[in-house]
Amino acid sequence: MSTPLCAGLGLKPEHFDQALACRLPGLWFEIHPENYLVDGGPRLAWLEAIRSEHPLSVHSVSLSLAGIEPPDQARLARLAAFVRRFQPALVSEHLAWSSWRGQYLPDLLPFPRTHEALGVVAANIDRLQNALGRVVAIENPAHYLDLPGHDWPEPEFLAELVRRTGCRLLLDLNNVRVSAHNLGTTPADYLRDFPLHAVVELHLAGYSADPRLGDALWIDSHDAPVCEDLWALLAGLLARTGPLPTLIERDGHLPDFAELRLEAEHARRLLTVRAGSAALVDA
Amino acid sequence: MNPTLAEFQRLFVQALQDDGGAAADPAWARQGGFAVYRNTGRLACRDALCANYPVVARLVGADWFNAAAEHYLRDHPPADSRLLLYGERFPDFLEPLARAHDLPYLVEVARLDRAWTEAHAAADASPWQADQLAALPPEALPALVLRPHPAARWHWSAQVPAYTLWSRHRADDEPNWDDLIWQGEGALLTRAWGVVRWEPLSRAGCAFLQACADGLPLPRALQTLDALGTQVDRGALLGRLLQQGAFQPPSDERTPA
Repeated sequence: MSTPLCAGLGLKPEHFDQALACRLPGLWFEIHPENYLVDGGPRLAWLEAIRSEHPLSVHSVSLSLAGIEPPDQARLARLAAFVRRFQPALVSEHLAWSSWRGQYLPDLLPFPRTHEALGVVAANIDRLQNALGRVVAIENPAHYLDLPGHDWPEPEFLAELVRRTGCRLLLDLNNVRVSAHNLGTTPADYLRDFPLHAVVELHLAGYSADPRLGDALWIDSHDAPVCEDLWALLAGLLARTGPLPTLIERDGHLPDFAELRLEAEHARRLLTVRAGSAALVDA
Repeated sequence: MNPTLAEFQRLFVQALQDDGGAAADPAWARQGGFAVYRNTGRLACRDALCANYPVVARLVGADWFNAAAEHYLRDHPPADSRLLLYGERFPDFLEPLARAHDLPYLVEVARLDRAWTEAHAAADASPWQADQLAALPPEALPALVLRPHPAARWHWSAQVPAYTLWSRHRADDEPNWDDLIWQGEGALLTRAWGVVRWEPLSRAGCAFLQACADGLPLPRALQTLDALGTQVDRGALLGRLLQQGAFQPPSDERTPA
């Protein structure tokens, strides 16, 4: 797949001017639409300015695709109008739930991947894709609980969603690593059967040890630089997939834009090296 | 036998709200990792409320604010995933707390924090200017209904200098409490050009904007000022409000889309 997207960064209001002016080739920015679904005002004006210079990725966190109640129609309509206005290169949401009986639970909650849940999530992805009139990518979440009652391993569950709905996947390598650590498996186990053909975006982030439990529990905290072993995981994955749009997520302990730009440049080097070798293989 | 997805989610939410230790919790809720879910959503709501009520948070300090936020979250959990709008009922919620803690200004300041959020996120519209009003034929004036700009918010605080307290904190400038004049103050927040701006506004100005928002034609909106019992320079008031971008074009003047 040819794509203009190379390395991306989460868009932070603190970095607006530098983000706008940054000219790293292939750079793109990811946003949570929940922060921009307003009627008007400076947030939207700001996003318009960024959009005029850079591709955008709309990464939703609240549609509760694994929730038993279908996504609210008004919310879908608002998101659809937003997507029409900003024409993002990518749209994504998580394999999780975050609404219950009309209450919003601002988190990405886990669930047993049962046959029933598969039907629920697939139906909600259909609703979302129909409302937006485009394909969305579904992200593997970070896990902190060893839940009983799964009928499906997560990679197979995601592969089945792809088969049933035509959705694509967003592979978060930090979530893979954090979840594998917390559940006592390995990233290699998880990635062995992952439906890589459907992946359209990668996420990288830093993690931290739980303040109470220490290294027994890792948290997908987005508050630290991407560390060496995750870069190695990325390089290994790219060898299998070829280049993919790759986002550096950073929310906490926000450094200067220059530091994030260095991480984006590092990702870009890995992506372009791989692009070169993929081209050689193709030739 | 696995619980249904609905039953699992019901148990999960119940365990989230139990705050730990309930004997009926499923075994998975007793894993160390469950605390991550217990904390994440709660802290996201609390942080959002704190971000949306920055002056309240500064006035009462983190401990007081967080305790109030926990109560608010229990009574009014968010329904909307746009947490930048969370806390619509927080000013009303604060009323009994503010009374009990002898903080007579707190609710009024909270209303101004809320007014800022609403002004910030409201729809765009071009402001209606004084020369546009002047260009109307005189016979149009009796029926003219002035429409407040979608982002205009006004608030009259009858007893306390809420505007001074609020605007000084917004400017990162701690007011000298001994110098405060304890009298009523009004505020006007507008966003006709770019970002939210604010200025003090008289009681008459607040009353006039409210009369316009209620749909009264201009002469009748001005008449409501008679009831205030003070002399008001109506032309100056109207001119100033227009200059501040407090109005949008009247509905019959809207440019076709």
